[in-house]
Amino acid sequence: MTDSVSPGSPVDRKAVIDAFARRHRFKWYEALPWVLAAGCYFIFDGYHALGAQIFATILFALSLDLLIGFAGIVTLGHAAFFGVGAYAAGIMAANGWQEPLSQLVVAAAAASVVGFASGMIVLRTAGLTLLMQTLVVAALLQELANKWSSVTGGSDGLLGMKIDPIFGVFRFDLFGHTAYVYCLLVLFIGWLIARNIVYSPFGRSLTGIRENTNRMHAIGAPVDQRKIVIYTISAALAGLSGALIAQTTALVGLNTLALSKSGELIIMLVIGGVGQLYGAFIGVPLYMIAQDRFSQIDPIFWYFWIGLFMIFVVVFARGGVLGVCGRFLDRWRSR
Amino acid sequence: MTALALETKSLCKTFGALAVASDINFKLERGARHALIGPNGAGKTSFVNLVTGVLAPTSGQILLGGEDITSLTRAQRVKRGLVRTFQISALFKKLTVLENVTLAIAEREGVANDLLRPAGHHRALIEEAYDLLVPLGLATEALRPVTELAYGRQRMIEIAMALALKPKVLLLDEPAAGVPPIETGAIIDTIEKLPADIAVLFIEHDMELVFRVAQRITVLVQGAVLVEGPPAQIADDPKVREVYLGESKH
Ligand SMILES: Nc1ncnc2c1ncn2[C@@H]1O[C@H](COP(=O)(O)OP(=O)(O)OP(=O)(O)O)[C@@H](O)[C@H]1O
Ligand SMILES: [Mg+2]
Repeated sequence: MTDSVSPGSPVDRKAVIDAFARRHRFKWYEALPWVLAAGCYFIFDGYHALGAQIFATILFALSLDLLIGFAGIVTLGHAAFFGVGAYAAGIMAANGWQEPLSQLVVAAAAASVVGFASGMIVLRTAGLTLLMQTLVVAALLQELANKWSSVTGGSDGLLGMKIDPIFGVFRFDLFGHTAYVYCLLVLFIGWLIARNIVYSPFGRSLTGIRENTNRMHAIGAPVDQRKIVIYTISAALAGLSGALIAQTTALVGLNTLALSKSGELIIMLVIGGVGQLYGAFIGVPLYMIAQDRFSQIDPIFWYFWIGLFMIFVVVFARGGVLGVCGRFLDRWRSR
Repeated sequence: MTALALETKSLCKTFGALAVASDINFKLERGARHALIGPNGAGKTSFVNLVTGVLAPTSGQILLGGEDITSLTRAQRVKRGLVRTFQISALFKKLTVLENVTLAIAEREGVANDLLRPAGHHRALIEEAYDLLVPLGLATEALRPVTELAYGRQRMIEIAMALALKPKVLLLDEPAAGVPPIETGAIIDTIEKLPADIAVLFIEHDMELVFRVAQRITVLVQGAVLVEGPPAQIADDPKVREVYLGESKH
């Protein structure tokens, strides 16, 4: 701003308000993940199944980012909703309901119901207590799935899932071609929803809750209600993700509800960057591709390095890959 | 229109053995400029917390415009026009000045429940927020994150956010606290120019400001009202001199 423009002059006013009101507009780099994903379909033959897993997991991480990154709700039990979605789709598929899209709808609905119900209880708390309570919810569900083996298959996992072709046309093939496109499209829809929320007044108020909950109360925001709403939406998206994995691998086991599943997800999100909408798109592929490469060599070796890398990210690279890139860009621009 | 803007009846609050509010009967007239003073730890902030619903009273009643609001949530009280500021700035530090104020206006207008349209489409709210910043001298910094601003400026945003909610009753908890002397002028100015129809209760240690602005003063000591009256009476009161004015000024 130059000195010749007096504060509050009409010219200035319009420029400032425009800049602020246009933040939600699409930037060119937001097309990158989709262009890349489409391109990879043709380049990396033989990796389509992995690609599908990555897309589904990005959706999972994206749903977690809405909670941790935007609303400031730190949870250690997000796998609960992933697992509920996976089991919902899986149980349907194993019991004669083989249409995949309706499975997605039911999975999202089931996960959102569990999200709403558990949110009503756990969201009254914050900090460590919240962390423990979310963890307990997931553990309870895991135990439930374990005990209720007549329906869930217990510790053997759910077997005999059958999925119809999408729209009765696109069959899930062994190479994962269909799965790749299918997961990418569902991720795209999930991303549109998440992005829309983040830039909406509701989403901004979530950021307010994260930044200063007391202030949100003081400006008259129904804080608890907002938290429950985003918790429910996030659970639904996580449920979708779980259903995608179930459908494309035809496998659902107790591990979908495990603490390690929630923990791993946080690691992926932290590596990519929390609260920036695209952290999931960076952290998940990095983690899963590295895991795919290294774990074949030596699984223990792999966890050692990921542990070391996490320490590095937490100590030196706050904001994950996105955070580092952002700071680098800022420095470069201000030269 | 005879009801008081704000009233508390036998308001009590104890933390274990400590009484932070004991039997406070407080009356705030419509359009009043009323100061609440008292030594550190007297319970002034606690009183604001009780009235705004941050703390639940042990006993007693709170009336806003004649309506009993004792059991309402914080948000419900704000919706009825009861607004406060914080002794220690409580802002959205990483967000821009404009966004801080816009968030408040969005809540006031009930727009903040909208999760379908982008916030930028609610342009009238943003314009209102910007226009609110202009007279407070904050417009040039509208797009800067709050944390980059000097503390005195942050205190102004604190007031701007309160005004954005169109309060009927405004509780200012030490609006100039922590601000270097050269920057207090702007804050005092702003307080003096507050719309006349807002009933203002302000907590302040700066006696000069208190006597310049206040029409009535309540002195709080150890959670209880020591004396209440117009400035001249308070200044002459021997009890007040003893417990409060005799102490070093803040
Ligand atoms: N949540 C709480 N639990 C226990 N004691 C509290 C709590 N909140 C405040 N107190 C105590 O109540 C007393 C009054 O505190 P309060 O902050 O209301 O004083 P104050 O008049 O605003 O003081 P100051 O001028 O320093 O701001 C203090 O002794 C404080 O330690
Ligand atoms: Mg205080």
